[in-house]
Amino acid sequence: MSGALDEAGVPRFCRGIKFRHDAVRGAWVVLGPERAFLPDAPAVEVLRLIDGARSLGGIIDDLAARFDAPRAVIAEDVGVMLRDLSDKGAVTL
Amino acid sequence: MSASTSESAPPLAPPMGLIAEMTHRCPLRCPYCSNPVALDRAGDELDTDTWLRVLDEAAALGVLQMHFTGGEPLARRDLPLLVRRAADAQLYTNIITSGVTLDERMMARLIEAGIDHIQLSFQDVEAANADRIGGLAGAHGRKLAAAQRIREAGLPLTANFVIHRQNIARVPAMLELAEALGASRSEIAHVQYYGWGLRNRDALLPSRAELDATTATVEAARARLKGRMVIDYVVPDYYAARPKACMSGWAQRFIHISPTGRALPCHAAESLPGFTFVSVRDVPLADIWRADPAFLRFRGTAWMPEPCQSCDRREIDWGGCRCQAFALTGDAARTDPACALSPDHAVMAAAVAARGEAPPDFVYRQFSAADPVG
Repeated sequence: MSGALDEAGVPRFCRGIKFRHDAVRGAWVVLGPERAFLPDAPAVEVLRLIDGARSLGGIIDDLAARFDAPRAVIAEDVGVMLRDLSDKGAVTL
Repeated sequence: MSASTSESAPPLAPPMGLIAEMTHRCPLRCPYCSNPVALDRAGDELDTDTWLRVLDEAAALGVLQMHFTGGEPLARRDLPLLVRRAADAQLYTNIITSGVTLDERMMARLIEAGIDHIQLSFQDVEAANADRIGGLAGAHGRKLAAAQRIREAGLPLTANFVIHRQNIARVPAMLELAEALGASRSEIAHVQYYGWGLRNRDALLPSRAELDATTATVEAARARLKGRMVIDYVVPDYYAARPKACMSGWAQRFIHISPTGRALPCHAAESLPGFTFVSVRDVPLADIWRADPAFLRFRGTAWMPEPCQSCDRREIDWGGCRCQAFALTGDAARTDPACALSPDHAVMAAAVAARGEAPPDFVYRQFSAADPVG
């Protein structure tokens, strides 16, 4: 990974990407052009905080307040996950 | 994508996608069309009410994505109505189109209906050759206009390029065009050799050197465009050592519905002998998915012969493609000859050796001579 992400940036789902709950599977799903996957539980926690208003720093703060882990550890995990999704065209940072 | 738990879903997981092949009518005549050689006529197509019911059944079954394709799906006047029903059911809606009839009015109706994404096909970047391959004069220019319309509507665009020996030299220019059009995704897809493509194989199959050059081009472009444009790359089986996971496994993730309503595990399944494919007119989609004998026939791994049965890749490639196995060996239950472990693998090299220095003329896609065009 090259450098930390800007925590002031506001992550957004890319145009054409949908994140929703699927009642049939009882699971959250990410849908895009010829793409569909079921994110794991930690990823769902992050993705549910992407609302087009909250900054990356705000997302990390929220998770740090709710989960028993150092903020720096959460920031690292969230950064790796979102950068991967950004490389794949699912979110912008 | 990462964080996926769906890749090795158990056989009775709900289907992820429904591919609605709404019509075989199309203004183009591409010689590698994925439609069957025996095309369905317009008068036999499913009616609007049946499609609406099928969309509701699909959503209840757990389908997440609706792919409206053809033929040319815009040839169906009820397409916006069906898109709206699918969108209302929270299905992700995708249209796979040639774009030549996508005018301002239709674009506005599709946006209003809730379309999520459009995939637009191109036959080449060089207009005269593109129009020759598609068999329709002026088509390429209309596609460029359609791409602009899609982007101006704010919709994500996939630019699809089917490649073969008669356009493969221009893959770099294809990727440049996709980027210039603002596509968020492009497909560089080698022709797959079933049906019409198999019939035209000598006219289409590239050389090993052409394939390798294209693979290098795509890999370089992926690195350069990371985060801006996703590039999906589909290779031809004829130079492969292992088969592709056709349809991500037979009846594992997708249901395909033909224009007349037959439910299929893949678009080419009607080429297989000994099958009876039921119609969604007669049988609920959920029953077909769970228990239809055609869907059960090659689902999972129990059907597999050796060398698949004991192979550690059996749940990666699912034995490859049943339609290719039948087309090239006469037995749909054999290992896909694309696999180097297949006893039939030599047929692939023989096909490569048989392609001539110069490509023969195309046999264009057409309704059979006995049938008037629908």
